[in-house]
Amino acid sequence: MIKKCRQKLVVIGNGMAGARVVEEILKRDPEAYDIAMFGAEPYGNYNRILLSNVLNGSQSASEIFINPLSWYWENRITLHAGIKAVKIDRERKVVIGKPMKKEASAYTLSPDSAFEEKTIEEGYDRVIIATGSRPFVPPMEGFGGAGTFMFRTVDDCERIAEYAKECKKAAVIGGGLLGLEAARGLLTHGVEVTVLEAAPQLMIAQLDPESGQMLKSTMEGMGVKVLLEKITTKIETVEGRITRLLFKDGTTLDTDMVVVSAGIRPITEIASVSGLTVDKAIVVDDQMRTNDPEIFALGECVQHRGKIYGLVDPIWEMANVLADVLTNKNVSAAYQGSKLGTKLKVMGCELASMGDTKPAAPTDEVVVYREPKRGVYKKLIIRDEKLAGAILLGEADAASMLMQMFFSGAKVPERRADMLFGEEPAGVSMVNLVSMPDNVQICNCNGVSKKQIVDAVRSGCNSVSKVGACTKAGTGCQSCKGMVAQLIEAYKGDAEADPSENYYVPGVPLEKSQLVAEIKRRNLRSVSAVFDALAGGKECPASKAGLASLLKSLWPDEYIDERDARFINDRVHANIQKDGTFSVIPRIYGGVTSPEELRRIADVAIKYKVPMVKITGGQRIDLLGVKKEDLPGMWQELGMPSGHAYTKSFRTCKSCVGTDFCRYGVGDSIALAQKIERRFQGIESPHKMKLATAGCPRNCSEAYVKDLGAVAIEGGLWEIYLGGAAGASVRKGDLLCTVKTHDDVLKYMGRFMQYYREHARYLERTYGFVERLGIDKLRAILVDDSEGICARLDAEIQKAVDAYKDPWKEAELPAYPTQFSGPELAAILEVAESNG
Amino acid sequence: MANQDEVRPLTFNLGSAEKLSDGIGHCFVVCGEEIAIFRQRDGRIFAVQNRCPHKNGPLSEGISGDGKVVCPLHSHKFDLSSGKGGEPRECLKTYAVRVFNGEILLSFPTGDAAAPEPECAARHA
Repeated sequence: MIKKCRQKLVVIGNGMAGARVVEEILKRDPEAYDIAMFGAEPYGNYNRILLSNVLNGSQSASEIFINPLSWYWENRITLHAGIKAVKIDRERKVVIGKPMKKEASAYTLSPDSAFEEKTIEEGYDRVIIATGSRPFVPPMEGFGGAGTFMFRTVDDCERIAEYAKECKKAAVIGGGLLGLEAARGLLTHGVEVTVLEAAPQLMIAQLDPESGQMLKSTMEGMGVKVLLEKITTKIETVEGRITRLLFKDGTTLDTDMVVVSAGIRPITEIASVSGLTVDKAIVVDDQMRTNDPEIFALGECVQHRGKIYGLVDPIWEMANVLADVLTNKNVSAAYQGSKLGTKLKVMGCELASMGDTKPAAPTDEVVVYREPKRGVYKKLIIRDEKLAGAILLGEADAASMLMQMFFSGAKVPERRADMLFGEEPAGVSMVNLVSMPDNVQICNCNGVSKKQIVDAVRSGCNSVSKVGACTKAGTGCQSCKGMVAQLIEAYKGDAEADPSENYYVPGVPLEKSQLVAEIKRRNLRSVSAVFDALAGGKECPASKAGLASLLKSLWPDEYIDERDARFINDRVHANIQKDGTFSVIPRIYGGVTSPEELRRIADVAIKYKVPMVKITGGQRIDLLGVKKEDLPGMWQELGMPSGHAYTKSFRTCKSCVGTDFCRYGVGDSIALAQKIERRFQGIESPHKMKLATAGCPRNCSEAYVKDLGAVAIEGGLWEIYLGGAAGASVRKGDLLCTVKTHDDVLKYMGRFMQYYREHARYLERTYGFVERLGIDKLRAILVDDSEGICARLDAEIQKAVDAYKDPWKEAELPAYPTQFSGPELAAILEVAESNG
Repeated sequence: MANQDEVRPLTFNLGSAEKLSDGIGHCFVVCGEEIAIFRQRDGRIFAVQNRCPHKNGPLSEGISGDGKVVCPLHSHKFDLSSGKGGEPRECLKTYAVRVFNGEILLSFPTGDAAAPEPECAARHA
């Protein structure tokens, strides 16, 4: 067979831009090039946007990698990690790289000392330069010593976090977006943080002076000090430790460490030494080509039509154009420059900024809205009846609407006030979605644009799951699934609806009501019996857990429990963690514990060397990092029942202190929470149910946003709320009814649970279910008994309550031989045979 | 001694097949490598690498059936006989395994060229 002769592509830079363009090329034509990549950092590429999460500890470094090292070999990409490309020899058509010394920074400017002696050469047909940018360190004396840091790489985060442990005070030089993120990260390490900005305001790229001042007040309210117009000239040290900073104006600031985040500068050395045109950055044309037709560049290192971009969206656009050009998919693809708009949270404060921050001509119209008490500021700049720029601070609900106007260049409404306030808090309307520009990101977890989703729909993906399989949209936190569904609805055209979308589980072609009817009619009591009778004997692993859940709720006593149909959490009654260990959460009824119980928990945690003991959001205690083999022993020694924090079932019922101690309490929320939890513990359902009771409408236990919540109101009454949520979606529950006694609360809650068990789709949370049916219909069925089923629902839920068994009792008698076995060491070979 | 190019599959006896419950995986450590063994309800038996190539999830803890396994961490799917994954370019090493006289016998390549290339990766090349 003749092998197609592939061209050789060398990519210099292994950051987000380099990786993205390679992904786009592979997507278009995996056979087009043999690819080699140079990366000065000794890692695969990672998502720099998430760096501050590494600093504040909410994500580990390994979680923000875009592509693991295996991605490179799976795509046959030669990765020169830790090797910096230093020159492109355009005569010989080779890229020359030098290995970095271990301790050298990837951004070093003093190459000689940073490199090992030997060189590496890669021949090329084409080159992409994606060297990105390096952090800018303003000139000052003493930077580089112990306790001074930049904030740019994974290593920086780890070093900062480590050093902060020894510090009381930290100074962050730079009051831009990243500087404020660094300040936020440092706060979590318990240090006193001061942000120093050279300009007279914070976030000068995104805000005007007035909003900058408001953000400063907001930041100070959160405990971050802000000093403006401070230019640091010297970092003073005593015996190798930083003591204070000297400023140009003669003042000083005591501090123990310094983090610099003062913007970025493009990395252009390799372009300069290789004879390419460099102005402020590497100059490229609309096809991302430098002045050498075989050498291209993209990302933060390029200057396109005089502009340099430091945000991620332009990189995605450039990568698409370049991939089109390099794979000949569209040789005339052209990058037109990017309009910039961002929506973000700075330390919890909402902020959106797009386009110009101040008027550019006297004819520009400026609309300003201020609400100083709430820290809200909104400003629009209108030019030729189009939105030329906007700032939203403190409240960004109008951001999507404004972004859409800004990016599409649409005519703005006559009444400018209509643009200042968000209209539909419930979500983006269909009209908005359709008129949104193609590059709007719909799935924020996987970075999927509207265009990618629409393309998938047009190529035949007619269900949310198919679009997810094709584009990854909706497969992360899933909160964008509704928008994906709307896009399918809008763009599917004549394509046939996918009936499988309505199947209860993918492997049995029946909707829930049909499936339930067949199961009852044929008396199917095990998962394998369902496959045999209704799926032609074909097992479907993705359907097993859903069927098991349904069968258990249909046949509380007579269900034949096949353990292979259970998800691992339900096999071992513990929640699997990212490293394959488990978490143990014993039940603590209503969040009320005792010194004796706490002592037992402590003893168990010590004996089994539990790596982390964490208070959960559900008012209980989580023992994390437990080996499977240790589960039964721990359960037995705890002497507490399972908290079911691992399964699709009733989870917990939180409470506030209610009338026991609270000055405001009007109802006994603790006793009610304990009754609820004792009654409904372990009840299986289509998805988890988290509950709360609140002793007054101040809602300290968050009962309004729980799957089911009970709130005491004046007059000895209890309000029952359904379908609240405060996870990936946030929704206040709908009021079902108001009742007088604890027993009434238990009755209506149980009735709703049974109805939800019978009618919700698998993995449909109550918020989706309640919204789908509507509270009025639910009230008619569950309160007014419009269908005459209330007595039956009450009887069914009672049966489920009676069937409760504490699963942790399996500690004494495992359900199958290897239930709690860890990896088994293979015995020494007993049979050995040569295959030769 | 094996020479450099020689792959020598050795057969390991992993003990009684009775410890394998229908459809539930079990992890063995063979020469330092974690291997997941599955015996499905239809009687077929499979052996694959235990760690998911996506994020290292323990596949032996996954739900299996119809010759497939679903990783317990992020639901990536794999065919147990070919090792081929549902995501492009994700695949598993597979091993020959059988039950003989009630014992599980695993054929495991040793020697310098030990790690067998996953079949689906080889197809890409």
